[in-house]
Amino acid sequence: MPATSLAAIRHELTRPRRAAAPLGTAAGTRAALAALIVLGVIAIVGPYLWHYRPTAQLDIVALKSTAPSWNHPLGTDRFSRDVLARVLFGTRISLAIAILAVLVSATVGTTYGVVAGYAGGWIDAVLMRLIDALLSVPRVLLLIAVLALWNPVPLWGLILLIGLTGWFGVARQVRAQALAVRDRDFATAARALGAPPWLVAWRHVLPNVLSPVIIATTLAVGDVIVLEAGLSFLGIGAREPMPSLGTMFQDAVAQSVTAWWAVFSPGIVIVVIVMAFNTLGDALRDALDPRQLPGHAMHEHPEPVDA
Amino acid sequence: MARRLLARLGQAAVVLWVVLSAVFLLIHAAPGDPFSFDAPNISPAIRAQWRAAFGYDRPLGEQYVRYLSSALHGDLGYSHSMHEPVRDALAAALPRTLLLMGVALALSFALGVWLALVEVRYAGTWRARLTHRVALFFYSLPDFWLALVMLMAFAYWLPLFPAGGIVDPVLHDYMSPGRALLDLLRHLVLPALTLTLLSAAAILRYQRSELLEVLPMDFVRTARAKGLDEHTVLRRHVLRNALLPVITLLGLAFPALLGGALFVEKVFAWPGMGYLAASAIDARDYPLVLASVVVGSCMVIIGNLAADVLYRLADPRLRRQ
Repeated sequence: MPATSLAAIRHELTRPRRAAAPLGTAAGTRAALAALIVLGVIAIVGPYLWHYRPTAQLDIVALKSTAPSWNHPLGTDRFSRDVLARVLFGTRISLAIAILAVLVSATVGTTYGVVAGYAGGWIDAVLMRLIDALLSVPRVLLLIAVLALWNPVPLWGLILLIGLTGWFGVARQVRAQALAVRDRDFATAARALGAPPWLVAWRHVLPNVLSPVIIATTLAVGDVIVLEAGLSFLGIGAREPMPSLGTMFQDAVAQSVTAWWAVFSPGIVIVVIVMAFNTLGDALRDALDPRQLPGHAMHEHPEPVDA
Repeated sequence: MARRLLARLGQAAVVLWVVLSAVFLLIHAAPGDPFSFDAPNISPAIRAQWRAAFGYDRPLGEQYVRYLSSALHGDLGYSHSMHEPVRDALAAALPRTLLLMGVALALSFALGVWLALVEVRYAGTWRARLTHRVALFFYSLPDFWLALVMLMAFAYWLPLFPAGGIVDPVLHDYMSPGRALLDLLRHLVLPALTLTLLSAAAILRYQRSELLEVLPMDFVRTARAKGLDEHTVLRRHVLRNALLPVITLLGLAFPALLGGALFVEKVFAWPGMGYLAASAIDARDYPLVLASVVVGSCMVIIGNLAADVLYRLADPRLRRQ
């Protein structure tokens, strides 16, 4: 089929290449950003928008597990608490836990990765073997063991634990990047000028390894929201009567057939938060990660693109 | 190859030792011990006697050596909530989890790779966009929430499958072997499907980015230029090269799958490792909780090892080395 293959070749030559869309142009990314702004506003002022308190048991006889109505748009739970008020407050708790935990992970992981990558040699080898070991412990099981042993764990402890079990992947990525950056000309020049190692690492290596950290951190927020919800669902995360989205879920799961609204609402909010963070993370990856761009495949350009 | 395997085995042993030591430290750093529970009518003398009987009065170093040696002999302690040795409880639960995870792993790889091909093949059309959105949706779902929705949908509103458990609690013992197997499969459908949907989305995302990395390479252009149709190009040239990194995902997917299995088992009352660990938490059964962590880590280590070996076997460039 010479004609068709000629057409195919022409098509191939003129076909638009997959190009990375700048951040915020794709409809999905814009929707995600909008959702995150709304969620952020809810997390900050949400509890003041609705006149019921999230922990108030309004009327345990008349308002126990009532279906959504004008007064209670998302219904009430089995303790006659207003589900909308709890969702508004739970969004704040869950988002706060996730963002703080992820910041802990990012800080520890970046520091560890820069130290390992910049130091190189046996320090790097030891630190990386340790990461291998830590990566083989299933995070959920480890968290369950620790949280069960130290039960009850205060909220800051939960945040710290989730953060401290989530930095291994980031450390590995940062280390690979730092290893590539430390022998680049500008780093050598800084060393030649007599800059001490910490200064080179801080001023010249760190800014060049941050994009994988930003991507991984954004994607990790979604993971941590789900993780925290799961732990609360098992009864060892955030504690009653504090309405994190997972606690609400655990509280309502036994009534899921008769009072589905109390299970459904926190679930939907979790899905929206996680989808928004994942979409944003993907968009950031497309925008920041040179490896994903056509023409910058690793085998063609072993040198990372200048940031 | 043999030397490489040996080195990896040695590494795995070191990792296992680190895990065991960390778990030991965890037990002893936690407040209290198995005999400090709140019961006013048990005198301190009785508690001391119990501690002596179980070796809790020994120096920490001696306890560590004893713990390591008994763990290496396969003795992980006694579970007071199951009233049997931890080893027996694990031996019953582990195959059930492996069955669930194995089925889910196979199905989700098939589904994930296929959908990634669809997404790349039809890039820019509604079909790819729909696949992408749906996958992102499933990727963002909390495991236990999807499990619950599946449970309500297909066991309650549309009662096609049993609501939980691994076999029919009464009739299973009276069934013929064929019927018994069918019974097991019927119980397997919902938990396995839930887990498949959750991990297929992750595999799709990974496979898609691998495919996109292979797509701009020269041999793909050559294959197109010599007149191969897009389907053959994708299947013969792109997929074959993009599939290799996905094998490593087999090892990497293991911890996530294990975590997912934990929640899915809890919701569907599937009596595997996750269900065991969850009920061990409820009962404050420390030896069982910690043994679950160790066994879970072993599964991950073995998964990583298997992925590494498979990767080397699958890639002819590495096989020749």
